[in-house]
Amino acid sequence: MLRILVVCGHGLGSSFMLSMTARKACEELGIEAEIGHTDFSSAKSERADLYIATQDIADQLEDGTRTVIKVLNIMDRQFLKEAIRRHIEGG
Amino acid sequence: MTKWIMQDVLGNPSILVGIFALIGLALQKKGFVQIMTGTLKTIMGFVILGAGAQVIIGTLDVFGNMFQAAFQLKGVVPNNEAIVAVAQKMFGKETAWIMVFGMLVNLLVARITPFKYVFLTGHHTFYMAAMLSAILSAANVTGAPMVVIGSLLLGLAMVLFPALLQPYVRKITGSDDFAVGHFGSLGYFTAGTIGKWFGDRKVSTEDLKVPKSLGFLRDSSVAVSLTMTVLFLLVAIVAGPSYVERSLSGGTNFVVYAIIQGITFAAGVYIILAGVRMLISEIVPAFKGIADKVIPEAKPALDCPTVFPYAPNAVIIGFLSSFGTGLALMFVMPWLGLAVIIPGLVPHFFTGATAGVFGNATGGLRGALLGGMANGLLISFLPALLLPVLGSLGFEATTFGDSDFAFVGIILGNILQLFK
Repeated sequence: MLRILVVCGHGLGSSFMLSMTARKACEELGIEAEIGHTDFSSAKSERADLYIATQDIADQLEDGTRTVIKVLNIMDRQFLKEAIRRHIEGG
Repeated sequence: MTKWIMQDVLGNPSILVGIFALIGLALQKKGFVQIMTGTLKTIMGFVILGAGAQVIIGTLDVFGNMFQAAFQLKGVVPNNEAIVAVAQKMFGKETAWIMVFGMLVNLLVARITPFKYVFLTGHHTFYMAAMLSAILSAANVTGAPMVVIGSLLLGLAMVLFPALLQPYVRKITGSDDFAVGHFGSLGYFTAGTIGKWFGDRKVSTEDLKVPKSLGFLRDSSVAVSLTMTVLFLLVAIVAGPSYVERSLSGGTNFVVYAIIQGITFAAGVYIILAGVRMLISEIVPAFKGIADKVIPEAKPALDCPTVFPYAPNAVIIGFLSSFGTGLALMFVMPWLGLAVIIPGLVPHFFTGATAGVFGNATGGLRGALLGGMANGLLISFLPALLLPVLGSLGFEATTFGDSDFAFVGIILGNILQLFK
């Protein structure tokens, strides 16, 4: 099972919306995933296979140890589907 | 039997939100396990919220006393999480009822009017419901009338504020995919409008090179610990070591004590955020699920950082200009006989940044600067003017931080005063 963590500053609003988009994307891809959302501090101590965040947050999350998907429009399911599929295929 | 149901079940806010979550999950035809875990987590979220409030209240008391001793003035730190958690101790069940019915009013308004906005920023729905409960109680409006008035106002706010912002949001995102649903709208609208009037779109914030180093403030627990520690230290120094060590810290060195109090405040906010996250995580998807079914063309209204990626420089510029304005105003407010609103990094970061993005979209760099300033002005004065109508909650050393809470509260509170 793929573990995905969606991150934003407070871990309340935008990461929550983005996690709903990600959930739908995974459903459409037929991927079984556990999707959580959290704030930036907590994200640093929580492990996941894949992190998703908007660009401004993603840059700070990327420290070489994480796979981070950067998102511009958090409602853009097509983009997210593509990115998750590429990750699964190991690209 | 009825007393048991009315008081212990429906009168207990944590059970009440649990029941709402349960209904939401059942309506979505979830399985037994999901319904059970979702309901339990929602109740637990509410209980965690209370635990966080306990942590915050202690440090707020200390801060209030220290500030009073240092400056002979009332100092208030606006923080939505803190004030809402404190409010839940008094108006928990009222907040829960207003929140749920407010969401239904949102759906109804979106269904029958051309404004198809569905407000998905669940924590702000919750905070606005708490604010409305406090104002209505302070004016002695209770029971069913309170829930009716509160949820009508909440539902309308959930549609009208996003509608107000939408022309600017289209300009920012270049699409009509989503709206901004965040109760700092008044600041964003003002920023967008000022940008349009006085700005200059030829020079965009995004043409500049802005250091990314301030990005760490997006991390809210860092931002809160930093502000509160600096604040506690300053106030402790002015209040003097002898006062702090004699009356508050029980002998502990005043510097150490101030640092610990500042970080304890941040820890309280962190706990409350964790609680709020659990509390809304079942309710919002249920709300969205129902909205998608009953409102064709429903347009999601989302939290403000949604627009940050569209102008990352404006985020920093808007924050700095809003925060700078707040700092300057702190020294002006006592002259006007108002409580001193101490600018918090969190409200200024999130709403100042968003105001910057709006200002930039209509008026470039100058728009972002002026827009941030306008937002800083609003979130300094409005929270101060809100205090008198908040009733007993207005005596806390904290209050609501974002413009719309204060705006709606001040208007409602003053109208209710007329009927007293």
